[in-house]
Amino acid sequence: MSHMTQPGKYVLVFLALLALTAATVGLAYVDLGAWHSTMGLTIAATKSLLIALFFMHLLRSKSLIWMIPLSGLFWLGILLILTLTDYATRSWLTY
Amino acid sequence: MSANNSTLAHHFADLEQQHEVAVLGMWVFLATELMVFGALFTGYAVYRAEYPAEFAAGSRALNLWFGGINTVVLLSSSLTMALGVHGAQVGRRNVVVMCLALTALLGTAFLVIKGFEYHGDYVDGLVPGMAFNDQDWLEREPPSNPGKVKLFLLFYYTMTGLHGIHLIIGIVFMTGLTILAWRGRFTPQYYGPLEVGGLYWHFVDVVWLFLLPLLYLIGPR
Repeated sequence: MSHMTQPGKYVLVFLALLALTAATVGLAYVDLGAWHSTMGLTIAATKSLLIALFFMHLLRSKSLIWMIPLSGLFWLGILLILTLTDYATRSWLTY
Repeated sequence: MSANNSTLAHHFADLEQQHEVAVLGMWVFLATELMVFGALFTGYAVYRAEYPAEFAAGSRALNLWFGGINTVVLLSSSLTMALGVHGAQVGRRNVVVMCLALTALLGTAFLVIKGFEYHGDYVDGLVPGMAFNDQDWLEREPPSNPGKVKLFLLFYYTMTGLHGIHLIIGIVFMTGLTILAWRGRFTPQYYGPLEVGGLYWHFVDVVWLFLLPLLYLIGPR
């Protein structure tokens, strides 16, 4: 089996996750104008990356395993990009 | 119980391969789950772009305390899950049992808190079809289109509801794993089900991490 992560590392990651959660909630009370979503999603993505790399052991997994979440994200990307660009360009239609 | 003979399925060369295949299989399942939630996220994205003001107004009406506390609860459950898997890797059965039980408990706590939150949403008049006053929203400054606010709320209930169903499944799975761990099923050579259960659990946590900003934090409070 692959090498083990030490429990201490898990606790450190957890503390980072807590800090990022506090940041997410705290920033809600600051007026960021149009940046609220970007900030929120960036923090969420960072937390997810930490969970995926450490709790889900991706960091010490083979490339074969990496391919699966990357493919999933790619497919989600297709769904989001094609759908949103469709709606975003509806106003360009002349019929 | 002899580990190798009873836990190695005949079509695998060794326990390590069996473990890798289980992990691979769960990741593939999680990729499909990503698409399930992804469909809801895409629908949400389209309508949020269409009705930004009403989505922001609806978001502001949700209870961020519940959302924030639940986030901490789920993150803690992910920690206990990871520690549980580690406990199996070092052969400490008591640690595994305690961590898995805590994970299931924290997951249940999330559901209980969510229940209180849904009740609060009902009391606040945020349940389309059951407790929702169109007039209230029209009289606000600036006025909100009640239909569009209801659409946001429907996304809120559907997305958190689907997440909740996944959490229930996870809790049932976790309870089963706790019982198996208590019976001494898992060893440093065989803990595939724990790792795989952990992957599922962490995925459910990640979904919630995105639901938080998308539903509760659209605009400033």
